[in-house]
Amino acid sequence: MGHLIDIFVRSIFVNNMILAYFLGMCSFLALSKKVDTAFGLGMAVVFVLGITTPLNYLIYNYLLKPNALVEGVDLSFLNFICFIAVIASTVQLVEMLLDRFFPPLYNSLGIFLPLITVNCSILGGSLFMVERNYNFLESTAFGFGSGVGFFLAIVALAGIRNKLRYSNIPAGLRGLGITFILTGLMALGFQCFSSVSLLVP
Amino acid sequence: MPAINKIVLDPLSDNNPVTVQMLGICSALAVTAQLPTAFTMSLAVTLVLCGSNTIISMLRNVIPPKIRMIVQMVVIASLVILVDQCLKAFAYEISKELSVFVGLIITNCIVMGRAEAFAMANPPKESFLDGLGNGLGYSAVLIIVATIREILGAGTLAGIQVLPSSYPGNGLMVIAPGAFVIIGLLIWLQRSITKKYEEA
Repeated sequence: MGHLIDIFVRSIFVNNMILAYFLGMCSFLALSKKVDTAFGLGMAVVFVLGITTPLNYLIYNYLLKPNALVEGVDLSFLNFICFIAVIASTVQLVEMLLDRFFPPLYNSLGIFLPLITVNCSILGGSLFMVERNYNFLESTAFGFGSGVGFFLAIVALAGIRNKLRYSNIPAGLRGLGITFILTGLMALGFQCFSSVSLLVP
Repeated sequence: MPAINKIVLDPLSDNNPVTVQMLGICSALAVTAQLPTAFTMSLAVTLVLCGSNTIISMLRNVIPPKIRMIVQMVVIASLVILVDQCLKAFAYEISKELSVFVGLIITNCIVMGRAEAFAMANPPKESFLDGLGNGLGYSAVLIIVATIREILGAGTLAGIQVLPSSYPGNGLMVIAPGAFVIIGLLIWLQRSITKKYEEA
Protein backbone atom coordinates (compact mmCIF):
# COMPACT_ATOMS: atom_id res chain seq x y z
CA MET A 1 0.00 0.00 0.00
CA GLY A 2 2.74 2.44 0.98
CA HIS A 3 4.41 1.56 -2.29
CA LEU A 4 1.33 2.59 -4.28
CA ILE A 5 0.99 5.90 -2.42
CA ASP A 6 4.65 6.53 -3.13
CA ILE A 7 4.13 6.03 -6.89
CA PHE A 8 1.05 8.26 -6.75
CA VAL A 9 2.79 11.12 -4.93
CA ARG A 10 5.96 10.87 -6.98
CA SER A 11 4.04 11.02 -10.26
CA ILE A 12 2.35 14.23 -9.08
CA PHE A 13 5.35 16.12 -7.77
CA VAL A 14 8.62 14.53 -8.84
CA ASN A 15 7.92 12.95 -12.22
CA ASN A 16 5.35 15.55 -13.21
CA MET A 17 4.24 14.91 -16.81
CA ILE A 18 4.67 18.54 -17.87
CA LEU A 19 7.42 19.90 -15.70
CA ALA A 20 9.76 16.90 -15.79
CA TYR A 21 8.93 15.08 -19.05
CA PHE A 22 7.50 17.89 -21.20
CA LEU A 23 4.48 15.80 -22.16
CA GLY A 24 1.22 17.47 -23.10
CA MET A 25 2.96 20.81 -23.64
CA CYS A 26 0.88 21.81 -26.66
CA SER A 27 -2.47 21.92 -24.91
CA PHE A 28 -0.72 23.10 -21.75
CA LEU A 29 0.45 26.24 -23.54
CA ALA A 30 -2.60 26.78 -25.73
CA LEU A 31 -5.31 26.37 -23.10
CA SER A 32 -3.78 28.00 -20.04
CA LYS A 33 -4.97 31.51 -20.74
CA LYS A 34 -8.00 31.27 -18.44
CA VAL A 35 -8.35 29.44 -15.14
CA ASP A 36 -11.73 27.83 -15.91
CA THR A 37 -10.67 26.32 -19.24
CA ALA A 38 -7.49 25.08 -17.58
CA PHE A 39 -9.63 23.54 -14.84
CA GLY A 40 -11.86 21.77 -17.40
CA LEU A 41 -8.94 20.40 -19.39
CA GLY A 42 -7.18 19.29 -16.19
CA MET A 43 -10.24 17.36 -15.00
CA ALA A 44 -10.61 15.67 -18.38
CA VAL A 45 -6.94 14.61 -18.36
CA VAL A 46 -7.19 13.14 -14.83
CA PHE A 47 -10.22 11.19 -15.96
CA VAL A 48 -8.82 9.80 -19.20
CA LEU A 49 -5.28 9.09 -17.93
CA GLY A 50 -6.74 7.29 -14.89
CA ILE A 51 -8.75 5.00 -17.17
CA THR A 52 -6.48 4.40 -20.17
CA THR A 53 -3.26 3.55 -18.34
CA PRO A 54 -4.67 0.46 -16.54
CA LEU A 55 -6.66 -0.46 -19.68
CA ASN A 56 -3.55 -0.37 -21.84
CA TYR A 57 -1.78 -2.38 -19.14
CA LEU A 58 -4.31 -5.18 -19.64
CA ILE A 59 -4.03 -4.98 -23.45
CA TYR A 60 -0.24 -5.01 -23.40
CA ASN A 61 0.11 -7.85 -20.91
CA TYR A 62 -2.62 -10.16 -22.19
CA LEU A 63 -2.43 -9.54 -25.95
CA LEU A 64 0.79 -7.91 -27.07
CA LYS A 65 3.58 -9.08 -24.79
CA PRO A 66 5.89 -11.78 -26.18
CA ASN A 67 4.22 -15.19 -25.64
CA ALA A 68 1.07 -13.61 -24.20
CA LEU A 69 -1.48 -14.58 -26.85
CA VAL A 70 0.19 -17.42 -28.73
CA GLU A 71 3.39 -19.10 -27.58
CA GLY A 72 6.37 -17.75 -29.52
CA VAL A 73 4.59 -14.77 -31.03
CA ASP A 74 5.78 -11.27 -30.15
CA LEU A 75 3.25 -8.60 -31.05
CA SER A 76 4.80 -5.85 -28.96
CA PHE A 77 5.75 -3.86 -32.08
CA LEU A 78 2.04 -3.14 -32.48
CA ASN A 79 1.89 -1.30 -29.16
CA PHE A 80 1.75 2.27 -30.52
CA ILE A 81 -1.14 1.59 -32.84
CA CYS A 82 -3.09 -0.37 -30.20
CA PHE A 83 -2.56 2.20 -27.48
CA ILE A 84 -3.70 5.08 -29.65
CA ALA A 85 -6.79 3.12 -30.72
CA VAL A 86 -7.62 2.35 -27.07
CA ILE A 87 -7.16 5.99 -26.13
CA ALA A 88 -9.30 7.28 -28.99
CA SER A 89 -12.12 4.85 -28.24
CA THR A 90 -11.95 5.42 -24.48
CA VAL A 91 -12.26 9.14 -25.03
CA GLN A 92 -15.28 8.55 -27.26
CA LEU A 93 -16.84 6.20 -24.72
CA VAL A 94 -16.23 8.52 -21.77
CA GLU A 95 -17.75 11.32 -23.80
CA MET A 96 -20.94 9.36 -24.50
CA LEU A 97 -21.27 8.12 -20.90
CA LEU A 98 -20.81 11.58 -19.47
CA ASP A 99 -23.30 13.03 -21.93
CA ARG A 100 -25.88 10.45 -20.86
CA PHE A 101 -25.38 10.35 -17.09
CA PHE A 102 -23.58 13.53 -15.97
CA PRO A 103 -24.64 16.33 -18.34
CA PRO A 104 -23.32 19.17 -16.12
CA LEU A 105 -19.82 17.67 -16.07
CA TYR A 106 -20.04 16.96 -19.80
CA ASN A 107 -20.97 20.55 -20.56
CA SER A 108 -18.18 21.93 -18.42
CA LEU A 109 -15.56 19.74 -20.16
CA GLY A 110 -16.97 20.61 -23.59
CA ILE A 111 -14.48 20.62 -26.44
CA PHE A 112 -11.57 19.44 -24.30
CA LEU A 113 -12.63 15.81 -24.14
CA PRO A 114 -12.12 14.97 -27.85
CA LEU A 115 -8.90 17.01 -27.93
CA ILE A 116 -7.37 14.76 -25.32
CA THR A 117 -6.87 11.96 -27.84
CA VAL A 118 -3.89 13.83 -29.26
CA ASN A 119 -2.50 14.91 -25.91
CA CYS A 120 0.99 13.46 -25.58
CA SER A 121 0.69 12.94 -21.84
CA ILE A 122 -1.99 10.25 -22.30
CA LEU A 123 0.02 8.14 -24.74
CA GLY A 124 3.14 8.94 -22.71
CA GLY A 125 1.48 7.54 -19.59
CA SER A 126 0.88 4.21 -21.32
CA LEU A 127 4.38 4.06 -22.80
CA PHE A 128 6.03 4.83 -19.45
CA MET A 129 3.88 2.13 -17.87
CA VAL A 130 5.32 -0.43 -20.32
CA GLU A 131 8.88 0.83 -19.96
CA ARG A 132 8.83 0.74 -16.16
CA ASN A 133 7.11 -2.65 -15.88
CA TYR A 134 4.37 -1.51 -13.53
CA ASN A 135 1.78 -4.06 -12.40
CA PHE A 136 -1.97 -3.39 -12.61
CA LEU A 137 -2.37 -1.48 -9.33
CA GLU A 138 0.84 0.45 -9.85
CA SER A 139 -0.21 1.55 -13.32
CA THR A 140 -3.57 2.72 -11.95
CA ALA A 141 -1.82 4.76 -9.28
CA PHE A 142 0.65 6.08 -11.84
CA GLY A 143 -2.00 7.05 -14.42
CA PHE A 144 -4.16 8.77 -11.85
CA GLY A 145 -1.23 10.55 -10.20
CA SER A 146 0.11 11.82 -13.53
CA GLY A 147 -3.33 13.20 -14.33
CA VAL A 148 -3.44 15.07 -11.02
CA GLY A 149 0.07 16.39 -11.70
CA PHE A 150 -1.04 17.75 -15.09
CA PHE A 151 -4.12 19.30 -13.46
CA LEU A 152 -2.02 21.00 -10.79
CA ALA A 153 0.50 22.40 -13.27
CA ILE A 154 -2.01 23.76 -15.80
CA VAL A 155 -4.23 25.43 -13.19
CA ALA A 156 -1.19 27.01 -11.52
CA LEU A 157 0.11 28.33 -14.85
CA ALA A 158 -3.30 29.73 -15.80
CA GLY A 159 -3.38 31.57 -12.47
CA ILE A 160 0.03 33.11 -13.09
CA ARG A 161 -0.85 34.08 -16.68
CA ASN A 162 -3.94 35.85 -15.36
CA LYS A 163 -1.72 38.04 -13.21
CA LEU A 164 0.64 38.67 -16.14
CA ARG A 165 -1.93 40.86 -17.85
CA TYR A 166 -1.04 43.63 -15.44
CA SER A 167 2.69 43.48 -15.99
CA ASN A 168 4.88 45.20 -18.52
CA ILE A 169 6.64 42.55 -20.62
CA PRO A 170 9.09 43.30 -23.49
CA ALA A 171 7.21 43.06 -26.80
CA GLY A 172 9.12 40.07 -28.18
CA LEU A 173 8.65 38.06 -25.01
CA ARG A 174 4.87 38.47 -24.85
CA GLY A 175 2.71 35.38 -25.19
CA LEU A 176 4.67 32.23 -25.90
CA GLY A 177 8.11 33.43 -24.78
CA ILE A 178 7.21 34.50 -21.25
CA THR A 179 5.05 31.39 -20.81
CA PHE A 180 8.07 29.19 -21.47
CA ILE A 181 10.19 31.08 -18.99
CA LEU A 182 7.40 30.88 -16.40
CA THR A 183 7.10 27.14 -16.93
CA GLY A 184 10.86 26.89 -16.48
CA LEU A 185 10.63 28.67 -13.14
CA MET A 186 7.74 26.41 -12.09
CA ALA A 187 9.75 23.35 -13.07
CA LEU A 188 12.64 24.69 -10.99
CA GLY A 189 10.26 25.01 -8.05
CA PHE A 190 9.09 21.43 -8.47
CA GLN A 191 12.69 20.22 -8.48
CA CYS A 192 12.76 20.73 -4.73
CA PHE A 193 10.42 17.73 -4.37
CA SER A 194 12.88 15.47 -6.16
CA SER A 195 14.19 13.73 -3.03
CA VAL A 196 10.71 13.05 -1.67
CA SER A 197 10.15 9.38 -0.98
CA LEU A 198 7.44 7.86 1.17
CA LEU A 199 9.06 4.45 1.27
CA VAL A 200 10.49 3.49 4.63
CA PRO A 201 14.18 2.81 3.97
CA MET B 1 10.19 27.88 -59.00
CA PRO B 2 9.58 30.51 -56.34
CA ALA B 3 6.46 28.82 -54.94
CA ILE B 4 8.34 25.64 -54.14
CA ASN B 5 11.19 27.55 -52.53
CA LYS B 6 8.63 29.26 -50.37
CA ILE B 7 7.05 25.99 -49.24
CA VAL B 8 10.42 24.67 -48.11
CA LEU B 9 11.99 27.84 -46.73
CA ASP B 10 9.03 29.44 -44.98
CA PRO B 11 8.86 26.97 -42.08
CA LEU B 12 12.58 27.46 -41.37
CA SER B 13 12.05 30.80 -39.68
CA ASP B 14 9.01 32.92 -40.56
CA ASN B 15 6.55 30.12 -39.99
CA ASN B 16 8.65 27.83 -37.82
CA PRO B 17 6.58 24.92 -36.48
CA VAL B 18 7.98 25.13 -32.94
CA THR B 19 8.46 28.82 -32.23
CA VAL B 20 5.65 30.31 -34.33
CA GLN B 21 3.02 27.64 -34.97
CA MET B 22 3.53 26.29 -31.43
CA LEU B 23 3.42 22.66 -32.57
CA GLY B 24 5.42 19.68 -31.38
CA ILE B 25 6.94 21.31 -28.36
CA CYS B 26 6.84 18.24 -26.11
CA SER B 27 9.50 16.26 -27.89
CA ALA B 28 11.46 19.37 -28.85
CA LEU B 29 12.40 19.85 -25.23
CA ALA B 30 12.77 16.34 -23.92
CA VAL B 31 15.48 15.10 -26.27
CA THR B 32 17.70 18.17 -26.37
CA ALA B 33 20.01 17.57 -23.41
CA GLN B 34 22.63 16.28 -25.87
CA LEU B 35 23.31 16.80 -29.56
CA PRO B 36 23.26 13.16 -30.82
CA THR B 37 19.78 12.38 -29.44
CA ALA B 38 18.43 15.67 -30.78
CA PHE B 39 19.89 14.90 -34.19
CA THR B 40 18.37 11.41 -34.30
CA MET B 41 15.02 12.74 -33.21
CA SER B 42 15.08 15.46 -35.89
CA LEU B 43 15.85 12.87 -38.52
CA ALA B 44 13.03 10.60 -37.32
CA VAL B 45 10.47 13.41 -37.24
CA THR B 46 11.49 14.72 -40.67
CA LEU B 47 11.18 11.22 -42.17
CA VAL B 48 7.77 10.60 -40.63
CA LEU B 49 6.57 14.06 -41.63
CA CYS B 50 7.63 13.66 -45.29
CA GLY B 51 6.18 10.16 -45.44
CA SER B 52 2.86 10.94 -43.81
CA ASN B 53 2.34 14.12 -45.83
CA THR B 54 3.02 12.30 -49.10
CA ILE B 55 0.83 9.28 -48.30
CA ILE B 56 -2.08 11.32 -46.94
CA SER B 57 -1.92 13.67 -49.90
CA MET B 58 -2.09 10.71 -52.30
CA LEU B 59 -5.08 9.34 -50.41
CA ARG B 60 -6.77 12.69 -49.93
CA ASN B 61 -9.46 12.16 -52.57
CA VAL B 62 -10.54 8.75 -51.29
CA ILE B 63 -10.58 9.42 -47.54
CA PRO B 64 -14.15 9.97 -46.32
CA PRO B 65 -14.12 13.27 -44.40
CA LYS B 66 -15.82 11.79 -41.33
CA ILE B 67 -13.11 9.27 -40.54
CA ARG B 68 -10.12 11.25 -41.81
CA MET B 69 -8.62 11.58 -38.31
CA ILE B 70 -8.53 7.82 -37.86
CA VAL B 71 -7.00 7.30 -41.29
CA GLN B 72 -4.33 9.92 -40.57
CA MET B 73 -3.62 8.31 -37.18
CA VAL B 74 -3.16 4.88 -38.74
CA VAL B 75 -0.81 6.19 -41.44
CA ILE B 76 1.26 8.12 -38.91
CA ALA B 77 1.35 5.31 -36.37
CA SER B 78 2.52 2.79 -38.99
CA LEU B 79 5.33 5.12 -40.10
CA VAL B 80 6.38 5.67 -36.50
CA ILE B 81 6.46 1.93 -35.85
CA LEU B 82 8.74 1.55 -38.90
CA VAL B 83 11.09 4.27 -37.66
CA ASP B 84 11.10 2.82 -34.14
CA GLN B 85 11.93 -0.70 -35.37
CA CYS B 86 14.73 0.67 -37.59
CA LEU B 87 16.22 2.61 -34.69
CA LYS B 88 16.07 -0.46 -32.44
CA ALA B 89 17.83 -2.50 -35.12
CA PHE B 90 20.55 -0.07 -36.20
CA ALA B 91 21.05 2.41 -33.35
CA TYR B 92 20.05 0.57 -30.21
CA GLU B 93 21.94 2.81 -27.75
CA ILE B 94 20.30 6.00 -29.00
CA SER B 95 16.87 4.38 -29.20
CA LYS B 96 17.23 3.41 -25.50
CA GLU B 97 18.04 7.02 -24.65
CA LEU B 98 15.11 8.39 -26.64
CA SER B 99 12.89 5.86 -24.78
CA VAL B 100 9.22 6.75 -25.13
CA PHE B 101 9.76 9.85 -27.21
CA VAL B 102 9.99 8.00 -30.52
CA GLY B 103 6.51 6.61 -29.89
CA LEU B 104 5.31 10.05 -28.99
CA ILE B 105 5.98 11.26 -32.55
CA ILE B 106 2.47 9.84 -33.19
CA THR B 107 0.88 12.46 -30.97
CA ASN B 108 3.34 15.13 -32.08
CA CYS B 109 1.07 17.89 -33.26
CA ILE B 110 3.38 18.83 -36.15
CA VAL B 111 2.64 15.61 -38.00
CA MET B 112 -1.13 15.71 -37.45
CA GLY B 113 -1.26 19.46 -37.95
CA ARG B 114 0.54 19.45 -41.30
CA ALA B 115 -1.46 16.44 -42.53
CA GLU B 116 -4.70 18.21 -41.69
CA ALA B 117 -3.70 21.72 -42.78
CA PHE B 118 -1.63 21.05 -45.88
CA ALA B 119 -1.63 17.48 -47.18
CA MET B 120 -5.43 17.17 -47.24
CA ALA B 121 -5.63 20.04 -49.73
CA ASN B 122 -2.49 19.79 -51.89
CA PRO B 123 -0.91 17.36 -54.38
CA PRO B 124 1.77 14.86 -53.21
CA LYS B 125 4.82 16.77 -54.49
CA GLU B 126 4.00 19.99 -52.67
CA SER B 127 2.97 18.03 -49.59
CA PHE B 128 6.31 16.21 -49.54
CA LEU B 129 8.13 19.54 -49.72
CA ASP B 130 5.93 21.00 -46.99
CA GLY B 131 6.80 18.00 -44.82
CA LEU B 132 10.49 18.47 -45.58
CA GLY B 133 10.35 22.19 -44.80
CA ASN B 134 8.54 21.74 -41.51
CA GLY B 135 10.80 18.85 -40.57
CA LEU B 136 13.86 21.03 -41.20
CA GLY B 137 12.34 23.92 -39.23
CA TYR B 138 11.75 21.58 -36.32
CA SER B 139 15.27 20.16 -36.63
CA ALA B 140 16.78 23.65 -36.65
CA VAL B 141 15.20 24.52 -33.30
CA LEU B 142 16.13 21.15 -31.80
CA ILE B 143 19.74 21.40 -32.87
CA ILE B 144 20.16 24.99 -31.68
CA VAL B 145 18.65 24.18 -28.26
CA ALA B 146 20.67 20.96 -27.95
CA THR B 147 23.92 22.73 -28.85
CA ILE B 148 23.38 25.43 -26.21
CA ARG B 149 22.32 22.92 -23.57
CA GLU B 150 25.18 20.52 -24.17
CA ILE B 151 27.91 23.19 -24.28
CA LEU B 152 26.67 25.00 -21.18
CA GLY B 153 25.59 21.87 -19.36
CA ALA B 154 28.58 19.62 -19.80
CA GLY B 155 31.15 21.65 -21.75
CA THR B 156 31.05 19.10 -24.58
CA LEU B 157 29.57 18.97 -28.06
CA ALA B 158 28.42 15.58 -29.34
CA GLY B 159 30.66 14.05 -26.67
CA ILE B 160 33.81 16.03 -27.63
CA GLN B 161 35.24 18.45 -25.04
CA VAL B 162 34.96 22.03 -26.34
CA LEU B 163 35.22 24.15 -23.22
CA PRO B 164 38.38 23.79 -21.07
CA SER B 165 38.11 20.71 -18.87
CA SER B 166 38.16 22.92 -15.77
CA TYR B 167 34.59 23.97 -16.70
CA PRO B 168 32.47 22.48 -13.92
CA GLY B 169 29.27 22.01 -15.96
CA ASN B 170 26.00 23.77 -15.28
CA GLY B 171 23.49 21.27 -13.87
CA LEU B 172 20.57 23.62 -14.54
CA MET B 173 21.01 23.23 -18.30
CA VAL B 174 20.74 19.46 -18.18
CA ILE B 175 17.45 19.32 -16.28
CA ALA B 176 14.00 20.38 -17.49
CA PRO B 177 13.88 24.05 -16.34
CA GLY B 178 16.95 24.92 -18.42
CA ALA B 179 15.22 23.73 -21.58
CA PHE B 180 12.13 25.83 -20.92
CA VAL B 181 14.13 28.99 -20.27
CA ILE B 182 16.36 28.53 -23.32
CA ILE B 183 13.47 28.01 -25.70
CA GLY B 184 11.72 31.04 -24.17
CA LEU B 185 14.79 33.19 -24.81
CA LEU B 186 15.10 31.77 -28.35
CA ILE B 187 11.53 32.83 -29.11
CA TRP B 188 12.30 36.29 -27.74
CA LEU B 189 15.35 36.57 -29.98
CA GLN B 190 13.45 35.39 -33.07
CA ARG B 191 10.53 37.74 -32.51
CA SER B 192 12.83 40.69 -31.90
CA ILE B 193 14.50 40.01 -35.25
CA THR B 194 11.36 39.33 -37.28
CA LYS B 195 9.34 42.02 -35.43
CA LYS B 196 6.30 39.78 -35.39
CA TYR B 197 4.83 40.26 -31.94
CA GLU B 198 1.96 38.53 -30.21
CA GLU B 199 -0.66 40.42 -28.25
CA ALA B 200 -0.42 39.60 -24.56
